[in-house]
Amino acid sequence: MNSHAPEHFSLHVRRYLYVFYALLFGTVITVGASYIPFGHHTLNIAVALFIAICKASLVACYFMHLISERKMIYGVLAFTVFFFLGLMFLTVWSFGDFPRHTVTR
Amino acid sequence: MDIPYTVQPRPDTGLYNAKVGIWLFLASEVMLFGALFSSYILLRVGAPEGNWPLGWLNVPIGTVNTLVLITSSITTVMAWASLKMNQFGKFKLYHALTLCLAMTFVAIKSYEYHDKFTHYEITMADGRIFDGHLVKNAPDHIVIDGRAVADRKELFNLHAAKDHSHQQITLKRSEIKKLENYGPWHNTYLAIYFTLTGLHALHVIGGAIVIGFLWARGDRLWKTDPERFTNRIEISGLFWHFVDLVWIFLFPILYLL
Repeated sequence: MNSHAPEHFSLHVRRYLYVFYALLFGTVITVGASYIPFGHHTLNIAVALFIAICKASLVACYFMHLISERKMIYGVLAFTVFFFLGLMFLTVWSFGDFPRHTVTR
Repeated sequence: MDIPYTVQPRPDTGLYNAKVGIWLFLASEVMLFGALFSSYILLRVGAPEGNWPLGWLNVPIGTVNTLVLITSSITTVMAWASLKMNQFGKFKLYHALTLCLAMTFVAIKSYEYHDKFTHYEITMADGRIFDGHLVKNAPDHIVIDGRAVADRKELFNLHAAKDHSHQQITLKRSEIKKLENYGPWHNTYLAIYFTLTGLHALHVIGGAIVIGFLWARGDRLWKTDPERFTNRIEISGLFWHFVDLVWIFLFPILYLL
């Protein structure tokens, strides 16, 4: 089937709607999970970030069409992911430099 | 001279030029917001125990704004799909909805900002602390709708606060030592909150201006070069989805955690 045919896009529309429902559900889950005491606050942060990553992946893959994009775009994104993760790694690495709990007000 | 590769894919990239351009721009945007997320982590981890605010933002309002932005994302992609299906009328409808939702998001955000700018922490000369929204601002006294606070630490974790009852309190100006609203200068949490959400709101406004132009005046191109116009809608849509994507992370870290 021609990928530019209108019938082809009506299939896409249905998929977009499913993604939309999943995003709404994900938002409700995010809020609900934040009120559940998982034992440690770090666990709540991990759960919320996991749901956020799932939601962001849906937006990027389907709404931004990354699921069927050209190699050139994947190349640009590979560099972006590399530098973003590097930035986050350096941030976490710097935790060792904090003079923790020495400041009181 | 015509601008090359506005519709036809460039042989070496396999894409029309604007698409490569927007993805390179979005890559730089990831690093911009990444640096601010990194700042947020450092500020939060570096905050003394018990001094990081919890429950300072209104979760139902933040949830509604998240749903508004997600809905604007589906209307954006539906606008593009409508053009691909040669349904120009539907495109106009979906993008009108996107604009309405963008304005709703900014209006809700403005209400939240106003709430913070009218919320004050007041330290009296005798050491008493009051917290609440300014009701009256007279030359010799002020009236707040709030409460007295025994220990300043009570203000940080509002989830743990037992008493949320507010009353109208009149305070003489001559007895006030410090009067400070909950603006970005109040503490590092509000500084990073206003920086992140302010930058995000600027992106929403910028995106809405572009979408508004394409909806109101730019749509003339549809009659002469429909494929090029459809590509412009795709590019503006990619930016809009990125704005949505950033909010997906901002909402839990600022409102819920």
